[in-house]
Amino acid sequence: MASHDAHAHGHHEDHHHHEEHFISKYIFSQDHKMIGKQFLMTAVFMGLVAMMLSILFRIQLAWPGESSDFLSFFLGEKWAPNGVLKEDMYLGLVTIHGTIMVFFLLTGGLSGTFSNILIPLQLGARDMASGFLNMLSYWMFALSSIIMLISLFVESGPAMAGWTVYPPLSALPQAVSGSGLGMTLWLVSMTIFIASSLIGSLNYIVTIINLRTQGMTMTRMPLTIWAFFVTAILGVLSFPVLLSAALLLTMDRLMGTSFYLSDIIVGGEMLTNHGGSPILYQHLFWFLGHPEVYIVLLPALGLSSEIIATNSRKPIFGYKAMIASILAIGFLSFIVWGHHMFVTGMNPFLGSVFVFTTLLIAIPSAVKVFNYLTTLWKGSLVLTPAMLFAIGLVSTFITGGVTGIILADSALDIMLHDTYFVVAHFHIVMGMSAVFGMFAGVYHWFPKMFGRMLNTRLGYAHFWVTLIGAYGVFFPMHFVGLAGAPRRYYDYSAYSEFDNNSFELMVDLNQIITTFAILAAIGQVIFLFNFFYSIFRGPKAPQNPWNATTLEWTTPVEAIHGNWPGDLPVVHRWPYDYSKPGASQDYITQITPLEEGEEEH
Amino acid sequence: MENKLIILLVIVLGAIAVAQLVRIYEISAKLRKNEEHEISNRDNNLNARMMFGFMIAFFAFFIYLMVAYGWTGRGSAASDEGVEMDWLLNLNFVIIIAVFFLTNFLLFFFTWRYVRKPGVPAFYYPHNNKLEMLWTVVPAVVLAVIIILGLQTWNRLSGPSKPEAEKIELFSKQFDWTARYAGADNTLGLYDYKLTLDNNELALLTTNTIDSSLNNMLNGATGIRNLQKLLNNRDTVFSDSTLNVLRTDLSRKERLYRFMTQMKENHNPKLDASAWDDIIQKDTLYLCKGQEYEIALRAKDVIHSAYFPHFRAQMNAVPGMATRLKFTPNKTTAEMRREKNDEKFNYILMCNKICGGAHYKMKMVVVVLDKSAYKKWMDGKKKATFKDQYFPVAAAPADTTAVDTTAVVTMN
Repeated sequence: MASHDAHAHGHHEDHHHHEEHFISKYIFSQDHKMIGKQFLMTAVFMGLVAMMLSILFRIQLAWPGESSDFLSFFLGEKWAPNGVLKEDMYLGLVTIHGTIMVFFLLTGGLSGTFSNILIPLQLGARDMASGFLNMLSYWMFALSSIIMLISLFVESGPAMAGWTVYPPLSALPQAVSGSGLGMTLWLVSMTIFIASSLIGSLNYIVTIINLRTQGMTMTRMPLTIWAFFVTAILGVLSFPVLLSAALLLTMDRLMGTSFYLSDIIVGGEMLTNHGGSPILYQHLFWFLGHPEVYIVLLPALGLSSEIIATNSRKPIFGYKAMIASILAIGFLSFIVWGHHMFVTGMNPFLGSVFVFTTLLIAIPSAVKVFNYLTTLWKGSLVLTPAMLFAIGLVSTFITGGVTGIILADSALDIMLHDTYFVVAHFHIVMGMSAVFGMFAGVYHWFPKMFGRMLNTRLGYAHFWVTLIGAYGVFFPMHFVGLAGAPRRYYDYSAYSEFDNNSFELMVDLNQIITTFAILAAIGQVIFLFNFFYSIFRGPKAPQNPWNATTLEWTTPVEAIHGNWPGDLPVVHRWPYDYSKPGASQDYITQITPLEEGEEEH
Repeated sequence: MENKLIILLVIVLGAIAVAQLVRIYEISAKLRKNEEHEISNRDNNLNARMMFGFMIAFFAFFIYLMVAYGWTGRGSAASDEGVEMDWLLNLNFVIIIAVFFLTNFLLFFFTWRYVRKPGVPAFYYPHNNKLEMLWTVVPAVVLAVIIILGLQTWNRLSGPSKPEAEKIELFSKQFDWTARYAGADNTLGLYDYKLTLDNNELALLTTNTIDSSLNNMLNGATGIRNLQKLLNNRDTVFSDSTLNVLRTDLSRKERLYRFMTQMKENHNPKLDASAWDDIIQKDTLYLCKGQEYEIALRAKDVIHSAYFPHFRAQMNAVPGMATRLKFTPNKTTAEMRREKNDEKFNYILMCNKICGGAHYKMKMVVVVLDKSAYKKWMDGKKKATFKDQYFPVAAAPADTTAVDTTAVVTMN
């Protein structure tokens, strides 16, 4: 109960503190700030698990077939006999790594954490529209996380069909052992997760539309809120489709329906299913799957917009264009899903349409990048750890984004589809960007979350290890992929039989990649230490540590129920009045009324 | 052994590092009087310089990788289509690498150049419509070029093959490939998965195969009659679960039998010939240089993907659905070996869609021969058609026609 002690120490003069039971304050809390922190803690834990899983399979990829105490320590004799990873478990690790990272860390952790914490605080609301639904959303998220973790421990192994769980592989336990109980748990977990996400998203949307304080027009909202708003809309429109895909898959698995199955003989057994189409599943899955990329990315871009403007001491360049590009990306994300399916046998003409729509997304993305660059231009940059992570995000967004142009081109996707080039692309543009955005958010809003400061030097160390480590992992993967290496391969020894040059390239680069992966993983220890140590023993935060303009920094340092002790603040200007000529200091908070003769931006 | 040591070392060093961090943190917290939120100019400038340094190192790393591992990493394309795709890929790479360098440079350069300097305020610059139009229109124009070129190539690659293209079917199952050449008539025989039997692994559709499958379903060891006998036997007592399994199995087989009876009624015996002359080929896929191939794909159990990295061709094989791809090899295996200076090099067909535990081992060697060698090989296969295999008494021993990979290649 260290938190309780620390709490008691820090609160001598808190007049608004009223006695709350431990359970209603820390566990079944309906306060958006506590729920946000719960999301963050759960997601950090899930992220650590997923990172460990990736280290386990990276060891196999770098030193295939070699005995490793590390593997036998974590996986035991069943899945790593004599310290050598089993083929099936390799697929299980890959699958659960992907699932946790995409859904539990980057969706739950990013949108769940920061939407909850920032939406009421930056809009001037006392809390979310429905505190109870918000609590429900978190606890369903926690439950689905627990079920997903349990699936790692069942006897037949976790789901093994890749995070996209394409049937028939995922529908037939005869095809791979993980498609038994492991896959059932995956489906149960994801169903609960989707419900959690839906409840959360609806809450965010309602709050943003209804609970803005006086003067907070839509065009005075910080870009973070715009990003959360569009993210929530994407979630509401796309997650139900994943649910339907999962439901049909469950029916195929349990009730003998043939939505995805047709003309199959597996394990010597001739199935009678006829007329189903595995491609149908892929359409349904990617109808969520592609918006999901932006569900992950938009909050990160929103957070970094805020952080870059604040720490450049400049207004974000092209505020309206930034909103327009968020909306454009959100809209386009719904009509591009087919670019995941160019080589599935989908009609080539349909493929052409998806090439067109997909490449269109590059335009709003380019606008965002150039607007970030112009925001930095002639700024007065304060390189806080949050700022470094935000700049890192812009770099990964560029580096990962440009390769998307190649993969969106169906003619080129033919040879790169399902190779490591794809793995490199989405890990940089989605994984690194979103994780950097999340770290940026944690460093920037930690004082608001916990009333204390993180250690800046440790923040720097963490940033540099993470930037170098993560680029070191994912950048060489482009070359592995261009050399032709398929993803989800247990090892590349097959290459030694027919193309030794490629084989040597893959061995070399895989060892480099794994080394960087281990480095980056160890680097996260710095963060964990800094994070948990500072929660309890970090120096107390001032009210507005970054001299920012937005409303959350007008609340008291010690968080209280209802956020503002007196009346809600009234907003008079947009959130980006940094270094405005004629002002007495380099920022003007949103609650400062316009001066006589002053024009709004 | 070496690795165990490394792991141990890493864990120990990690633990030491954490312990040290704690101490440094405690001491620095006491020593430093400035607050965490006030970034000193020294820290600010140091990080700005490190950002710029990182950019240089990052670019150098990229250039090193390009030099060390090749511009496109996998050697030249070995098909006409691949040559066209490589051209397009290179063009796209030039564009995106230029953008990559330019924007990353600006990002890190600005970070370094505009780091806070005491007394220099930031420039209030909220928007500029002309600039924003510029970087909306310029990417749009570049993308229009990329889209137009890409779709032209895509239409050619995904369009129909020429009538003279040779037809081959690639049949995939966990975890191997089987090729079926269309034979003298260049028409692939029909198939139905329900006809799969030990002597008809590809489930080809002929009057004989339907009959034997029907017979097997009815009278085979686990056929309908035996199952009925088992279930009707009053002397044996089954547990509920076994009974359930047997009953499900029986009803499944009865349903399949009904379908197959219908199939027999609708079957047109004239189509048998196109199946009988098909040539089934395992282990190695032989192709002819300069010959266009129209490849049909089929999957028995789960989704697989036929991936020919050197021909730059790929297409999924989907259960219950017909998919296709086409390409024209333009270099024989021998030529590619000379080019790569690797006597053991072979073309390959790999599975590139996760399909189970041994996914990574699912492959088939591909050998491209010149016209005369290919014809010679094909002539040798004339007496190893499906018909010859199905009625083994009438056929010559199949093994004499098998050609050793290396032997054929060295012939030219």
